[in-house]
Amino acid sequence: MFIQLVVSGLLLGCIYSLISMGLSLIWGVMGIVNFAHGAFVMLAMYAAYYGDQLLRIDPLLFTPVAIVLLFLLGVIVYQIIIQYVVDGPYVSRLLATFGLGFFLINMAQFLWSPNFRTIKESMVHGVWKIGTVMIELPKLASSLGSILVAALVFLFIRKTRTGQAIQAISADKMGAALMGINLKRIAAFSFGLGIACAGAAGSLLATFYYIFPDVASLFGLIALVAVALGGFGSVEGAFLGALILGLVETLGGYYVDPNWKYALMFLIYLGIVLVRPQGLLGRGKV
Amino acid sequence: MLEIVNLKAGYRGVPALQGVTLEVHKGEIVGIIGSNGAGKSTLIRAISGLIKPTEGTITFKGTRIDTLPSHEIVRLGIIQVPEGRHLFGKQTVEENLKLGAYLIKDEKKIKDNLEYVYSIFPILKERKKQRAETLSGGQQQMLAIGRGLMSNPELLIVDECSLGVAPIVVEEIFKILKTINSQGTTIMLVEQKVHEALELAHRAYVLQTGRVVMHGTGEELLKSELVQKAYLGI
Ligand SMILES: Nc1ncnc2c1ncn2[C@@H]1O[C@H](COP(=O)(O)OP(=O)(O)O)[C@@H](O)[C@H]1O
Ligand SMILES: [Mg+2]
Repeated sequence: MFIQLVVSGLLLGCIYSLISMGLSLIWGVMGIVNFAHGAFVMLAMYAAYYGDQLLRIDPLLFTPVAIVLLFLLGVIVYQIIIQYVVDGPYVSRLLATFGLGFFLINMAQFLWSPNFRTIKESMVHGVWKIGTVMIELPKLASSLGSILVAALVFLFIRKTRTGQAIQAISADKMGAALMGINLKRIAAFSFGLGIACAGAAGSLLATFYYIFPDVASLFGLIALVAVALGGFGSVEGAFLGALILGLVETLGGYYVDPNWKYALMFLIYLGIVLVRPQGLLGRGKV
Repeated sequence: MLEIVNLKAGYRGVPALQGVTLEVHKGEIVGIIGSNGAGKSTLIRAISGLIKPTEGTITFKGTRIDTLPSHEIVRLGIIQVPEGRHLFGKQTVEENLKLGAYLIKDEKKIKDNLEYVYSIFPILKERKKQRAETLSGGQQQMLAIGRGLMSNPELLIVDECSLGVAPIVVEEIFKILKTINSQGTTIMLVEQKVHEALELAHRAYVLQTGRVVMHGTGEELLKSELVQKAYLGI
């Protein structure tokens, strides 16, 4: 059973990683904690749902579309909201993304009702049995998809000129400005990229997860805790933090109590924050 | 090349520059000297567009630049090597240098510039795969200057490059600045090391509490009573 739980936890953790990576990226570049992050995951889930219902495109295959859609949405949100609060006081930054998330969740409830929806049968289905361990193939496919997208984003940040600029801004804004980097343009791009990560995860999750407006709060919270756990501003840390959360969710859900698994996540988070406030791989500044 | 007229700037309403007028001609090394808090860094932050002046004008090669964002000013050829270096610590030496050529699209040109910087600072070539934060203070300063040179600046502004750097390395860096200047780059040298700066500079301005209190050739200033008394302790 233990191995089963670890496997399930890691599969879940991979998807959380992708969501968290986007959150961490946005925080690194513009110092904004995107409290609306989960709402973008939720929007992508609905987009994938309607892609499946209306266009008969499987959510797995819909992922690239979700990436493009959410990237564009992210850039638009940056242009009409974020850029005006980026340099403002902390409270206005907090209220802007928090309010946006709240608005999107309510909009989803209004448009699509608070009811749960699921996608009947994704193209990948069934279970893979290795000894006593059962691997649900939809989850495996989503996890592998998440790893692929996360790896591409990671490579992009490491290897491309724009990626180097993203790193530079995260490290030193003034230094980056003095290199001739257009801070607003890269910030808009980064916000789009971060939201696109959430979008990819949403579409991948839609293959097996319940789709409902409030799923936004859940994923938003998980990403937030994962990023804080791994250390704000460290994309690798966010990845690690999310894997740990996946494990806590399955192991805690089984050994403690399913109703307590989220409480447990926060407990562990609090523990780490008290012992190592900069997170596991954090850079020390928060 | 650069003309500044009656420039005023400050932080949250507190003035730091109270009407500075100066000019830099092509090919010169112009020193900006003054003690800590005189407004030197504020002056060049305004030139680079990092802060917006409240009054006055900055003109570069006939173009008003005081209303432009930083990246446009960089594009025009004004490069600042800031006080405190502002390197990208987690990125490698070479990545830092390449970011210095961010606005250059031509790969070949970037490579040539990289080789040029490595030829003046061979230590950077040895350390090119290391993270910038692992370098010593002097090496970091060389990296900051090298990064500034990566975009073929027309005007290179160097702010307190001697800060936290061993005297012998400062001497080396000053020599290199002189070479760079003789190859055609105009330099503004902001320094608290007044003696060394005045020996290197063709002309210099003395800044006190946000005002130019004196200017002249390096030699004149070295001989002046004001400079000798206030900065050289003679
Ligand atoms: N970021 C800042 N915020 C507020 N005040 C500042 C800031 N930077 C400098 N100052 C103030 O502006 C004045 C000029 O500082 P600065 O330009 O850094 O002088 P210098 O470079 O000659 O040492 C000083 O009184 C300093 O305290
Ligand atoms: Mg200074």
